[in-house]
Amino acid sequence: MTSFFQTLGMSYEAAWFTATIAGILLIALPLMLAVALIIYAERKLWAAFALRRGPNVVGPFGVLQSFADGLKVFLQETIIPSASNRGLFLIAPIITFTVALMAWAVIPFADGVVLSNINVGLLYILAISSLGVYGVVIAGWASNSKYPFYSAMRAAAQMISYEVSIGFILICIVLWAGTFNVGGIVEGQRGHIFGFINAYAFNPLLFPIAIMFLISSMAETARAPFDLTEAESELVAGYQTEYSSMAFALFWLGEYANVLLMCALNAILFWGGYLPPVDWAPLYAVPGIIWFFVKILLMFFVFAWVKATVPRYRYDQLMRLGWKVFLPISLFWVFLVSGYLMFTGHFA
Amino acid sequence: MTTIAHLIKTFTLWEFVKAHWLTLQYFFKPKATINYPFEKNPLSPRFRGEHALRRYPNGEERCIACKLCEAVCPALAITIESEPREDGSRRTTRYDIDMTKCIYCGFCQEACPVDAIVEGPNLEFATETREELFYDKAKLLDNGAKWERAIAANLAADAPYR
Repeated sequence: MTSFFQTLGMSYEAAWFTATIAGILLIALPLMLAVALIIYAERKLWAAFALRRGPNVVGPFGVLQSFADGLKVFLQETIIPSASNRGLFLIAPIITFTVALMAWAVIPFADGVVLSNINVGLLYILAISSLGVYGVVIAGWASNSKYPFYSAMRAAAQMISYEVSIGFILICIVLWAGTFNVGGIVEGQRGHIFGFINAYAFNPLLFPIAIMFLISSMAETARAPFDLTEAESELVAGYQTEYSSMAFALFWLGEYANVLLMCALNAILFWGGYLPPVDWAPLYAVPGIIWFFVKILLMFFVFAWVKATVPRYRYDQLMRLGWKVFLPISLFWVFLVSGYLMFTGHFA
Repeated sequence: MTTIAHLIKTFTLWEFVKAHWLTLQYFFKPKATINYPFEKNPLSPRFRGEHALRRYPNGEERCIACKLCEAVCPALAITIESEPREDGSRRTTRYDIDMTKCIYCGFCQEACPVDAIVEGPNLEFATETREELFYDKAKLLDNGAKWERAIAANLAADAPYR
């Protein structure tokens, strides 16, 4: 894109700057639209699992429901509790939302189509997704109210616990792909199984950690069955309890942008990202971005499916699963994968 | 042996797989709910909805201000005042029902000797303000005029069982 702006007669620096801004807008704006539609899709999916109809009045099949909700929220008054820490209270949703958008910078949408093709993309994602917890913790602290505070405590502990096992799972993938570059990891999956299946998930050695990564990513985004941070029956609405209007909407958008990000990560790390499922020439006629979106949507279906099926974990069960099951298994898997790669001479 | 089976079940997440298979089957089933504002469930002729004051076919008010409904109302929602009319017959000058108090027990229509106060089939009378739910005589007679055909049909359908 930089060279395109250079042909318009800009200097390299100006062209790079314009191209980056354009790229950010090109990712962030459709992402917001996608979040609105994905919220609608999720409500429809849960409704279908519960034999209900879901939203079906606003627009054709109710597609515009999220926009109607957004408009309603936008017109509401922003209530700031008098006992809250005003500055932090308003910054928290902005942090959540910004951080949720930031990680998309290194996601490759198709071959070479990525905003910033940095070599430590996976580390960047790990770092950014860890920052996400700050929005929640600050919101819980600044609200000066007990339920948001409990929720923030839970969120901090939960996200840290699962980040550890996610880290080890990512190490397995990095070992196998031999690169931290997200695009490189996708390319590493080309013809991975029998020379024609483009996915790490079908590797018998990597399939268990694909499942573990799926479960961990649900815990990381605090979705059911791990939605203890906003367990309605215990904590009202968790850290969002004191929020209203646009601040609440920002949390909402950030949460779903994070969910989409985790779906995208699942698709990239284990299901071949923008590659077609099988390495067969006619399938490359479909643009990579379409394959990528289809994979994200399938992952999202799984997320909604799990949310519609599994009841919420108890807090001690959540911690047990994180520290006593996932951590040892993922640690063992790092040994297993690196051992396998060593004996097969992969590190030559 | 059972411990081995248990271990295998645990590590293959067997219970989760089974649960998800079950919910997936429900996913493809037809919907159990109706498309409410556009589709409605059938109502029994005995359904007790919004109140109405009826008139005789010649236009005369049925209510004779006997105040049996006011007496029987367990929620004290009905208020009646009456005076003799010019032709000497007793009629209500005020007939109020506080719909926010009413518990829709149907005792008023049971008590009424002339089938004047009835609970009609209408259940969609939500209002935006509380005051709109304090029904007066004009509103109730208006309801009677609006719902007379449905109410008469329901009373006729239910008559053999009373």
